[in-house]
This record gives sequence, structure tokens and C-alpha cells, in this order.
Amino acid sequence: MTYVKNRLRRTMMFVPGNNPAMIKDAGIYGADSIMLDLEDSVSLTEKDAARLLVYEAIKTVDFGGAEVVVRVNGQDTPYYDQDVKAMVKAGVDVIRLPKTESAEMIQKLVKDIEKWEDEFGIERGTIGVMAAIESAKGVLHAPEIAESSDLMMGLAVSGEDYTADMHTHRYPDGRELEFARNMVLQAARAAGVYAFDTVFSNMKDTEGFYRETNYIHELGYDGKSLVNPRQIEMVNKVFNPTKEEIEDAQNVQNAIREARAKGSGVISMNGKMVDKPVVEKANRVLETAKASHLIDEEGNYLGE
Amino acid sequence: MENNVKRQLPDDVMKELNLKPFETSEIGHPEIQRTAPKVTATTGQNKIVESLEDVIKSTLKDGMTISFHHHFRNGDFAFNEVMDLIIKLGYKDLTLAPSSLTGVMNDKIIEAIKKGVITNITSSGMRGSLGDFVSHGGLKNPVIFRSHGNRARSIEDGEIKIDVAFLGVPISDPAGNANGQDGNAVFGSLGYALMDAQYADKVVLLTDNIVPYPNTPASIKQDQVDYVVKVDQIGDPDKIGSGATRFTKDPKELKIAQMVNQVIVNSPYFKDGFSFQTGSGGAALAVTRYLRQSMIDNDITASFAVGGITKPTIDLLEEGLVKKVMDVQDFDKGAALSMAQNRNQQEIDASWYADPHNKGAVVNNLDVSILSALQIDTDFNVNVMTGSDGVIRGAVGGHQDSAAGAKMTIITAPLVRGRNATVVPSVETVVTPGESIDVLVTERGIAVNPKRQDLIDAFSKVPGLTMLSIEDLQKMAEKQVGTPKPLEYTDRTVAIVEYRDGSVIDVIKEVKD
Repeated sequence: MTYVKNRLRRTMMFVPGNNPAMIKDAGIYGADSIMLDLEDSVSLTEKDAARLLVYEAIKTVDFGGAEVVVRVNGQDTPYYDQDVKAMVKAGVDVIRLPKTESAEMIQKLVKDIEKWEDEFGIERGTIGVMAAIESAKGVLHAPEIAESSDLMMGLAVSGEDYTADMHTHRYPDGRELEFARNMVLQAARAAGVYAFDTVFSNMKDTEGFYRETNYIHELGYDGKSLVNPRQIEMVNKVFNPTKEEIEDAQNVQNAIREARAKGSGVISMNGKMVDKPVVEKANRVLETAKASHLIDEEGNYLGE
Repeated sequence: MENNVKRQLPDDVMKELNLKPFETSEIGHPEIQRTAPKVTATTGQNKIVESLEDVIKSTLKDGMTISFHHHFRNGDFAFNEVMDLIIKLGYKDLTLAPSSLTGVMNDKIIEAIKKGVITNITSSGMRGSLGDFVSHGGLKNPVIFRSHGNRARSIEDGEIKIDVAFLGVPISDPAGNANGQDGNAVFGSLGYALMDAQYADKVVLLTDNIVPYPNTPASIKQDQVDYVVKVDQIGDPDKIGSGATRFTKDPKELKIAQMVNQVIVNSPYFKDGFSFQTGSGGAALAVTRYLRQSMIDNDITASFAVGGITKPTIDLLEEGLVKKVMDVQDFDKGAALSMAQNRNQQEIDASWYADPHNKGAVVNNLDVSILSALQIDTDFNVNVMTGSDGVIRGAVGGHQDSAAGAKMTIITAPLVRGRNATVVPSVETVVTPGESIDVLVTERGIAVNPKRQDLIDAFSKVPGLTMLSIEDLQKMAEKQVGTPKPLEYTDRTVAIVEYRDGSVIDVIKEVKD
């Protein structure tokens, strides 16, 4: 496995690192990213066992093409060093650092990764990093955290710890997270990295889940953290482009092809110049459409 | 000798029991001379008997064949009450020929075997301590496992000759008009017991609920019944089936169910008037939910559903998405209680359901059958009888019958269970031959039997549906759990698995510990 900076990341499914049955099947649900957790879901007595299990799983389990992320224990714990060492050796795609509050913390993580890469003879730069923003300090430092390393994959808002730090808790309308969500997203976009929204854990409240997912999709988030595979389909539904969006994107790509055929450096569509963000948006739309089987390999529309 | 699914069958046992090896799932058009029961004529005035012991004494002799039904499942009180007396009275050398055996009967059967009361068993299946006991050589003569259709056939053909049938019912009148739909311990369809009522020489009804003559609707009829015995309580209604069937929340089962639905919807059979059978497992029930939505979305209704019936299927009936339910047994209270309310829920007997030697059974009208498996191998042979330890822990049920009859048979199974592969190079015990299996659905993808090129073509165009070869799935499973050491058995045959036509598809050997 090797870290790929740009890829589809609508869903990041949390899987407890101490649950072999769930780890074994994590790849069957079509999550874009799978986050194996060594931190909060693993009790203190199971830290070593979970690390070993996740290490073996990364080396042997078929995760169905999903990106594999591991949430290591925090830098203030005695498990952090061993976690990073084992995950580097296993060849994980991305290491997620919990409770990130400064650029220095990410820089330390990158240094530690490089140390182990050198030790194990692994090429530097094959493992990405991401930061979980879980406190007021982390939110305020989000811009520098996002820009702290070339290996930065993205930022994730972690709502539970953040709201506790803010002396509040999660509410159905999400107003308590408004600032953090916007701040983290701005920081991620400014730095050119990905932004992930927090988990929604009440599986019974389907309506609430859709409300929240629609909202963060509107804001511009790349994806959402999930606690249950059943939420993957729901997130994908929200992130699916419409038929019109797909056709627009295909027109952009046709324009690019035409320009190339003419040997022209300028791409134009309907008399207007097409610039980079529009091209990138079109690529994202078509990538999502393909992943959701809304178009086939030839680009034919398959939706309803 | 070797049969057509490459199983070695012991020559001595085959010869002694005059059995034929399995050849094909094609039944052809054999001409059958059925047998008929011996009838003692009466005017039917004095059928009610206070003493079950007296009835046993006057009907039963050493060496006879006795039968029971399993419609009460784990809420059954009839079996143990009868067997207690039979053991107490010191009978020897009886053949036990129930429609199937449930957990509550296990201890009593083991006691009866140890005391020489029971020396032969034929059943659809067995589980728990009894399966363990038999697999470890506890019964001298091999058990004969028969499908529900095969049992009906064997009774009609005379291979199973029932001397006395002890049939528990929740309601009867003094003449023996009985059903499974009214009373306290209601189980709905009496489908399997109807064979016994029709073909046993002596029919003894046990009930805690005798109502004035005539009791209608009557499933078992007065002209078939010799005695009606009043007991204190015939069964525990809470243990007959789950009160309310819950849909699974297991994401893996849901994923499998969703793929099964994709397979059905994209098959040539998904059109108005199609028919289907589902089981009672978590994934099967979830299929019902996805199928319901697909039927609504595509404006399609089913002409019938058949089999063991659950409440979710009854819900489809009440919604008008399924026009009729052909009901041989009910797995839960919702389905059982509905039988009395809904005239479109037709009670069918085991012959009508699945018998290969009649003039056409319901399974032959089936489009799609969804069945489960303990193991399936790369020849698509299915095992629903023995566990990965080689011990008997299942039942043939209607598996062979439904698979043979349906135009498309889908097996649902997770790739592995715990540390054991479900998709294997060769199943421990062949119950249903691969030639009658069309599609395997696992959480990692589907595999289509190569003989169904039409289905391969149909499914290859379905976006998001991963189609692999069954060998690929087997290798994936092996990669996850490794290669187990082969199980060790002794030479002794402890059970024979018949195919629905009475030929032998496999034998089960005594496990070596």
C-alpha cells in the first residue's frame, strides 16, 4: 500500500483495532477509507494486542481497495512510539494523529515516521499523515496544522472531544460545531488538503444523519467519518452528483480533449475559457459518479 | 462405490440396506405404486381416551415405527410425554420417524437409544447433543436423513411405514378434526404432520383443547384419526417461534441480502407474477425487505411465496405484493396466527410442497429459491448437515427439494464463519448436489454456476455487483483462515444422507476424537 494524496474520500469508516471480525470484513462495504483505531476504542489492557492485530491485518487482509488509515494513540501516551513504529513497518497508507493542537505535533509525527522508514529501509514519503482536530486550540491552529507538512492528507473535526472542550455537547442542529466546522474546512482548503466531518453515532436517527451530511456536503467537506458500515450508502447518496452535474463534467472533459486534439493550450467551452478549478471539479464529479456506478466505463449514464 | 458427486459409499451398508447411489437430480417420470394404511373401521364415537398409556399399550409393539411432527419446535411437550411412557413400558427396537427433531427432544432420544427403545432413526435433521451422540457412534444403525419432500415420497412409496403416529395439535374435536391454527399453542400450518395422518396405520392426536364437534377448518380429518388424548398442556406457545421477527442489523448480513436482491432483480425471473422461497435466517429475512422495495419500485408483484413462512412474508401478502402464500410450516407467531385470518395463506402438506414422486409439487413452480449453507464447495455442492468438526448439526429440510425445483437457486453464505471457511474445495457432507445450485452470494462477491451462462451474461452488466469464479471465492476464504487439517473419521457409517429420490448422496462417518 502506498499513500496517494488525491483520491476519493467520501467515507472514512472507523473500525475498532481490537475487533478481528470487524477488521476482517471492513473491506466489503465500499468505504473509501478505513480507519483502524488503536486509540479510543481500545482499552488500556488491550493496547499491545490491538497494535499487533492491526499490524497483521494491514499485511494480510483484503480491504477491497480502500485507503487504510490508522489512528495511533496520542503523543502524550506511552503507546504512541510503538504504534507509529508498527504502522510504518506494516506499510499503512495514512497515520492519523489524535488531539492535534499544533504544527509541531504533526512535524514530530512526520519525523518519527521518517525515523522508522529509514530503520526499516522503506522509502520516505510513502505514508501520509492526517490530523484530528479535537479542541479549541486545535481549531484555532488549524491553518498552520494544515500546512505543517507536504505529507498532510487532511484534517478531521472530532465533535465529541471538541464540544466537551468548549463546555457544551452535541446538539441535533449542530450549531455548537459551526465555528469549528468552518474553520477546519477553510484551513484545509487553503492548504489544499482534505476535510472530514465528525461522526454521527445515533444509528436510529436516519433523518438526522441525512440532515447533517447534507449540511457538511453543502459547506464543501470532502467526506464524513462513520461508525457503522450502514452509513456508507447514505453518505454516498448525498455526495452523488446529479445527472446535470455529470453531463457538465463530461462536457468539460470533451472540451479538454478537443483542445488537446487541436494542440491548443486554451480550453474553451461555449465560448468561455475553462480554468483549473472547473477542470478539477469536473474530474471529482466523474470520479464520484464512477465510484457510485452512476456512469459506466464509457461514461454512459446508469442512474434513474 | 462412488456416486455422481464423487462420494465414496460403503458397499456393505449400501448392499445391506438395498440403497442406490445418487446419479442425477432429474427425476424423470417413474410410475409409482403407492402404499395405503391399514384402517380399523369405527363409527368414531369413542375416540377420546383419558390414558395415553392405554393407547400406547393397545397400539404399539416392539419393532414398530413411530412418528411425530416438529411444528411445535422447541415448545414441544407431546414428544417427551409420549416417549417417557414408551421408555417406562419397556418397549424395544422401535424406529423413530419424525418429520424432524428439535432440541427439546434430544435428551429423551438419547435415553431411549441407550435403553434399546429406539434402534433406528430417520429424520430431516438433528442438532445439539443428539447430533453429537450420533456422530460419536451412539446409535448402532445409521440414521437416514431425508428431505421434507423425500420423507413424503418415502411414506407414499412405503419406504417409511408408520405404525403409530403421535401428533400434537392445539385444537381438536372428539372425532379428531384438528388444525394448528386455533387454541393456545398455535403453530399455523400442520403441513408435515398431514403425511402422517394420511398414511400411518394408527393416528393418535394429543391435545389440551378439545372443542365441540365439528371443529373447522380441519387440517387433520376425523376419518384419519383413531384416538384423541387429552393432555394438560401440549406445548409452550412462547417457544414455538420468536414472537416478533426482527430484521438483522448485522452489516454483513445486510450486505449479502442486498446482493441477493440485486441478483434477483437482474435475473430473467424478476417480472410480474414471479415466485420465491426464502428461509428464516437473518440474511433471508433482510432479502424480503430489499425485495419488497424493488417490487414496489418496479411495480411488480409475486404470484406466490412458498416454504417455511415468516411474518415479513405475511406482511408482503397483506400489502398485496405477494398474492398467495403456500405454507408448509410457520417459523414465527406472526405467520402462525395469520393463517386463520388470511384465506390467501394456503396450508400445504409436505407432498404438495416438495415430493418428487407426485404429479407436480409446488417447488416445481418456483422461480427463485434463496437457501443457506454451512459449506459450499467449488462444484457448488452444499452441506447443510455437518459442521466443520464433522459433527451432525443441521437438517436437510426442504433444501434439496427447493433447489431442484426452482429455476434459480441462490445460496447465501458468508465466506468464512469464525475461523472456518464456508466456501471450501470439497464439502464435508454433500446434501444438495451442485447441479441444482445456480448462484452463490457472499459478502465478497457472487459466483455463478458455469452451466448457467445466461445468468453470467445477465449479471456481468450489473454495476457494482462483483462476479468471481467460485474457485476465486474459495481461495479468498482459504487466504483468510488457512488450510485446515482434514477431519478424521472411523470407518463406521453413522448416517446416510438420501437425495430426494431415495438414492444416497453421501454418508456421514463416526468422528474420531
